[in-house]
Amino acid sequence: MSLIEVKGLTKHYGDVHAVRGLDLTIEQGEIFSILGPNGAGKTTTVEILEGFRTRDSGSVSVLGFDPSTKGQQSREWRNRIGIVLQTSADAGDLTVFETINHFSGYYSNPRDVEEVIDSVGLQEKRDALIRNLSGGQRRRLDVALGIIGNPELLFLDEPTTGFDPEARRAFWSLIKKLRADGATIVLTTHYLDEAEALADRVAVINKGVIVEISTPAELGGRSTSQATVQWRDGDQIKSEKTDNPTSLVSSLSAKFNGEVPELIVSRPSLEDIYLEMIGGVDE
Amino acid sequence: MNKVPSALQLGIRRGGLEIRQFARQRESVVFTLLFPVILLAIFGSVFQETIAPGVTFSQYFVAGMIASGLVNTGFQALAITIPMERDVGALKRLRGTPMPASSYFIGKAILIFVSMVIQILLLLGFGVAFFGLNMPTDSSKWLTFAWLVLLGSACSTALGIAFSIVPKSGRGASAVVSPIVIILQFFSGVFFVFTQLPTWMQQVAAIFPLKWLTQGMRSVFLPESFASQEVAKSWELQTTFVVLMIWLAIGVYFSVRKFKWDRD
Repeated sequence: MSLIEVKGLTKHYGDVHAVRGLDLTIEQGEIFSILGPNGAGKTTTVEILEGFRTRDSGSVSVLGFDPSTKGQQSREWRNRIGIVLQTSADAGDLTVFETINHFSGYYSNPRDVEEVIDSVGLQEKRDALIRNLSGGQRRRLDVALGIIGNPELLFLDEPTTGFDPEARRAFWSLIKKLRADGATIVLTTHYLDEAEALADRVAVINKGVIVEISTPAELGGRSTSQATVQWRDGDQIKSEKTDNPTSLVSSLSAKFNGEVPELIVSRPSLEDIYLEMIGGVDE
Repeated sequence: MNKVPSALQLGIRRGGLEIRQFARQRESVVFTLLFPVILLAIFGSVFQETIAPGVTFSQYFVAGMIASGLVNTGFQALAITIPMERDVGALKRLRGTPMPASSYFIGKAILIFVSMVIQILLLLGFGVAFFGLNMPTDSSKWLTFAWLVLLGSACSTALGIAFSIVPKSGRGASAVVSPIVIILQFFSGVFFVFTQLPTWMQQVAAIFPLKWLTQGMRSVFLPESFASQEVAKSWELQTTFVVLMIWLAIGVYFSVRKFKWDRD
């Protein structure tokens, strides 16, 4: 059985049908990224998986458990998952260590507190009050609180918003390390480069349904789409779309007697493909 | 695989954390713990007359201050701070952990009880030292005092958690909650002698717990002879117990069934 199985999920708020018959399976050990514009049903879907929202219909199984169940069983289930939410600004009067240490007490088999502080790069801020942390440091604390319970499944919602490029890279390697340790990760993000760098598979949601699920490299036929070859001819920039960029380049090379001026060969970025996909559904 | 810690165990841990957090907010510590003392200093200096033979206004007022301290420290503080915690996403984060709701509630109850005990000690110490407050000598009065503080604190905590679902945001919470508490204090005989209030006010007050807590506290701090001057010509301690238990049940019911972890 897959780690997460969703079939025919629907949810509406008043007249708005946020999720309209969504199917999804996420396998153990993968980093699965959910992409989609605001209002696409992304947050609703993830919050149903996290047990924060109820559904109207459809079946949902997360770690073999229905997230809408309450009581002791729900505690045992939450003991196995970690959630990093989008915003939080609480507990400003506690230190980093105190907060993580306290949260570790909620779980049956928590990770080592000092180790978690190290892994998110907050060693130097260990005894600082949370109110004195920068935005990026707070975000890393959020992540620390999400992973302290040693979760089998980790939900990350826009985890690197407000990170500088260096912190993002460090964060990405942390996430890859968690996956290597056996965790499954569900990542919602607006950053397509982040999805590309991390995700084994991505799902694009729009208007409450899945548009496509695929690897980042293959999404929207990206790997087989036409390449664009661009070069300078005199004082003109020329470009051509082609299925056979190599032969085009070699014929150009022959034409220019070796080096082709300002040669660029590119395929559509994940962002190009994504924008095309969600634009396509909008019509 | 170890088992998840019990709800009570986590509740006690949360109580410790809540106290630590509270202790670090210096302004609110000073305000919460010393406010009754300041009020006693003001009222005790302004009203120097005696209400009955051997009963100074300060003596009467201390009973009211302890009772309304229970309402301020529990109900008012929680009904304002919980919506704030909800606003910043702290509650939603807790919801996503294996910590059960009951542990969160137990933590709040511990915080309120501990700050209530400190507040009472300060108030009594100050009253004895500067305002000639007479402490009860009878052990049965102390027993009454103990259950009133315990039950009053629990009741106030539960109602504060329950009422936290009413304010839409942390910012507006104070505007919703404070007037209720202030009106209740005037109606319940905290600032005035209860029997001098209009009958309709007394009747309205009798629906709510503060009137009963205040009257119960008077039974502890005023001489036995004063009971004849109460509305019912007695302290009505049994009724007080029943009223507080009913309100506690109402508070627990709404806390458990209707508590809101998230803004929407």
